[in-house]
Amino acid sequence: MSGTIDPTIINLTVFVLAVFVGYHVIWNVTPALHTPLMSVTNAISSVIIVGAILAAGAETLDFGSGLGGVAVALAAVNVFGGFLVTQRMLQMFKKKERKKEGGA
Amino acid sequence: MSANQVALAYLIASVLFILALKGLSSPESSRRGNLFGIVGMVIAVATTLTLTHSWWLIVAGIAIGGIIGATVARRVEMTQMPELVAAMHSLVGMAAVLIAIAVVHNPEAFHIPVPMPRGNRLELFIGTFVGALTFSGSVIAFGKLAGLGKHFRLFSSAPVVFKGQHWLNLVLAIVMVVFGLIFFGSSPESQWPPFIAMTAIAFILGVLIIIPIGGADMPVVISMLNSYSGWAAAGIGFSLNNTMLIIAGSLVGSSGAILSYIMCKAMNRSFFSVILGGFGAAEGTAAQGAEQKSVRSGSAEDAAFLMANAESVIIVPGYGLAVARAQHAVKEMAQKLIEKGVQVRYAIHPVAGRMPGHMNVLLAEAEVPYEQVFEMDDINSEFGTSDVALILGANDVVNPAAKTPGSAIFGMPILEAYKARTVLVNKRSMAAGYAGLDNELFYMDKTMMVFGDAKKVVEDIVKALA
Repeated sequence: MSGTIDPTIINLTVFVLAVFVGYHVIWNVTPALHTPLMSVTNAISSVIIVGAILAAGAETLDFGSGLGGVAVALAAVNVFGGFLVTQRMLQMFKKKERKKEGGA
Repeated sequence: MSANQVALAYLIASVLFILALKGLSSPESSRRGNLFGIVGMVIAVATTLTLTHSWWLIVAGIAIGGIIGATVARRVEMTQMPELVAAMHSLVGMAAVLIAIAVVHNPEAFHIPVPMPRGNRLELFIGTFVGALTFSGSVIAFGKLAGLGKHFRLFSSAPVVFKGQHWLNLVLAIVMVVFGLIFFGSSPESQWPPFIAMTAIAFILGVLIIIPIGGADMPVVISMLNSYSGWAAAGIGFSLNNTMLIIAGSLVGSSGAILSYIMCKAMNRSFFSVILGGFGAAEGTAAQGAEQKSVRSGSAEDAAFLMANAESVIIVPGYGLAVARAQHAVKEMAQKLIEKGVQVRYAIHPVAGRMPGHMNVLLAEAEVPYEQVFEMDDINSEFGTSDVALILGANDVVNPAAKTPGSAIFGMPILEAYKARTVLVNKRSMAAGYAGLDNELFYMDKTMMVFGDAKKVVEDIVKALA
């Protein structure tokens, strides 16, 4: 073997491992929290904002950086909206002060 | 920051994202998990800011987007969560497309050499077509869920089908891949036409593949689009050589895929059958083969009497409860029953509602303690020993026809409410549910129908219980 590894191969390695991790982590999510799971994964996938920032913050202000700016705004909606709506939902699952609640 | 420091910061952010998802294994750990996710995002953004030259456009974008996002998050009603999630997926899809265009426009701003290496071009192709599909597909999903069908036919919650549509979709997909291949082999001078063509077709395909899918199959569709938005992010991650994007995108992609699988199993339909669409009657149509069988019907007061005298009641919430926004009234009713010494539990079918976990959130919003809420597998064996099963706006998920070979829903796991001693069913009318089938449960001797809007009926029950 000789030569350096193509970055694509390294990325592929990371990708495969990430899919394995994802599989195990997600199967452990309790079904009651599947809706917050969707909103938080939305927020996490909006880390694509990083790519948008690179586009928007480029040296020359042009078409590409304009698109980047729009992409930053779109992703920011999801970042803020996603984490905040998840927070809101998770608050609802807090145990309340029990006065005289029977039930289960 | 040096490249190595950036990579390490991104690694920390990635780990925090994983921890955020791990936190969702229980309500107790979930809030802390969400905080981890937020910190990870802050690290990711702050690190990236150190790599850029001018900040003002970015800050403006974050400010505008942030205000919109925060406002929506605060104001949205829990019954609107499916639409919201669909709308949010569309934004990720569009962001991916815009970034891909920016990369093709000026690769060097992203430290990609010109002419772009083949690998990057392939990854951009994937990132942009998945992103475009996700965008337009999610817009249609949003329209269907928000009930905008009367404004625009493509948003109808009934399947929009036309002859040859599967062939059309296949042809378009092939044409798109061909353009992708042309883009793959193109030089910087000739790269734009195939790129634009491929992206345009992807947008159109997104619309075409979602329109034939009916309203109650939406849990699968939203999960699928959730997954795609993750793969779009991962694709961009490959193009930009950003392992954090690859990791985050893969986590989300896997999450959506697993949720889609769970939804399909819970409906006992194959993923392909759902995606190809065409299933599902429009709301309000008469059931197939409905003879003039009679049902026992009663009033809210009758229902209240039956439940007050029961030892145990299991409540089965469905989409009808969400539509009627009856969750708070249900909680009140349950409270009154508990005060009378009745044991109250809730049975949730995996596909009840229009998205995974929808019923759980509605009940949590109404402050129903989650210890009273059970998933199908945990509570099915309890119906046999329960006095009353109260069905609120659920239909196919309690239809015993699923046990009969030859039925359209045969094999679908159901909540075995028919085993309870008495069954109370609330619906607005005798119109068929999503599968267009008559529900045998309604005609059983032990079943009493209580017709009316869920919220009104439950409120009447509450009054009668006082």
